[in-house]
Amino acid sequence: MAIVQLLSTWLIPALIAFILLYGTAKKVPTYETFVEGGKEGIEIAFSLIPYLVGMLVSVAIFRASGALDALMAAIEPFAEAVGMPAEIVPLAALRTISGTAALGMTTDLIATYGPDSFIGRLAATIQGSTETTLYVLTVYFGAVGVKKMGDALKVGVLADILSLIVSFFIVLLVFGR
Amino acid sequence: MVNLIWVMMAVVGIVFAAINGTMEEVNKAVFESAKEAVTISIGMISVLVFWLGLMAIAERAGLLHKVARLFMPIVRRLFPEVPPGHPALGYIVSNMVANMFGLGNAATPMGIKAMEQLKQLNGGRDEASRSMVTFLAINTSSITLIPATVISIRMTYGSAAPGEIIGTTVVASTISTIGAVLIDRYYYWKRTRKGGKR
Repeated sequence: MAIVQLLSTWLIPALIAFILLYGTAKKVPTYETFVEGGKEGIEIAFSLIPYLVGMLVSVAIFRASGALDALMAAIEPFAEAVGMPAEIVPLAALRTISGTAALGMTTDLIATYGPDSFIGRLAATIQGSTETTLYVLTVYFGAVGVKKMGDALKVGVLADILSLIVSFFIVLLVFGR
Repeated sequence: MVNLIWVMMAVVGIVFAAINGTMEEVNKAVFESAKEAVTISIGMISVLVFWLGLMAIAERAGLLHKVARLFMPIVRRLFPEVPPGHPALGYIVSNMVANMFGLGNAATPMGIKAMEQLKQLNGGRDEASRSMVTFLAINTSSITLIPATVISIRMTYGSAAPGEIIGTTVVASTISTIGAVLIDRYYYWKRTRKGGKR
């Protein structure tokens, strides 16, 4: 995996160099443009605060109270009925809600069952193949002040469920149990 | 919908805590998570400033436009409401490419910028346009080529082949992205059929 490692280390520096050189070649006042464009980032970050505080507090109450655990316990029999390991259910549920929690869960599953076990591979695939819908929704819509999300949440959650099912079958197909 | 889910998570949690005697944990969680949210937002300043600055150069140099044109056949079908050559498409493509390579912290600023452009196209209204829903659908199930974080975790725990989940991740995320677009189109079809807006 040396190549993948190398690629992910070189990618960003190469991209930076490319954009700077390209800008210079096109006679863009690079430094001034950078500063101008960057200013916007400060504003966006601050306008994000209320959206994130609201969403994360609500999620935290739900988790800390034990309600999330109860919900997962309720889902487990259904998951097992279709052959999905019960250990994966918490990750599947968390992946949509909280990115950091899901990453922690993935690490925990890989540590407990081993990276090359069925559960370890499935956890890795789930973690890698989907984004935290609630977070993306909160950040993207929050940053630009879109309040009515329309069908976005529904579509995002359904896509997550689909992604989970697909991950399960692909890992089963490629690696077996 | 969002209002409902937001209230439900909090209220169900508090009622649950009352029954289960976990009120103490809830109290702690409220203030810790609020603090965490602020920390995340402030922590994003560095990344946002850096990438938005860099992307401003890319936009002015016409690079963004070029990148968008490269992917135009796909992007035009995905976002038929965005005029060809509009900077929104450049940011959308950059966001997708950054996601593909697992550059989460570069993807977010570009995604926000894309949203900003889409909002302008939508007359600055505070409701999600068709293109915004599509963009979110693609984003949440984004096609991943190199799941860098996961590979590094697998490496840490001594996997025999840390990168072997690349294949399954690529296939899973590709299929689910196609699925997400179909789900998005289905809801759009439902909206228009009802004779509603857009």
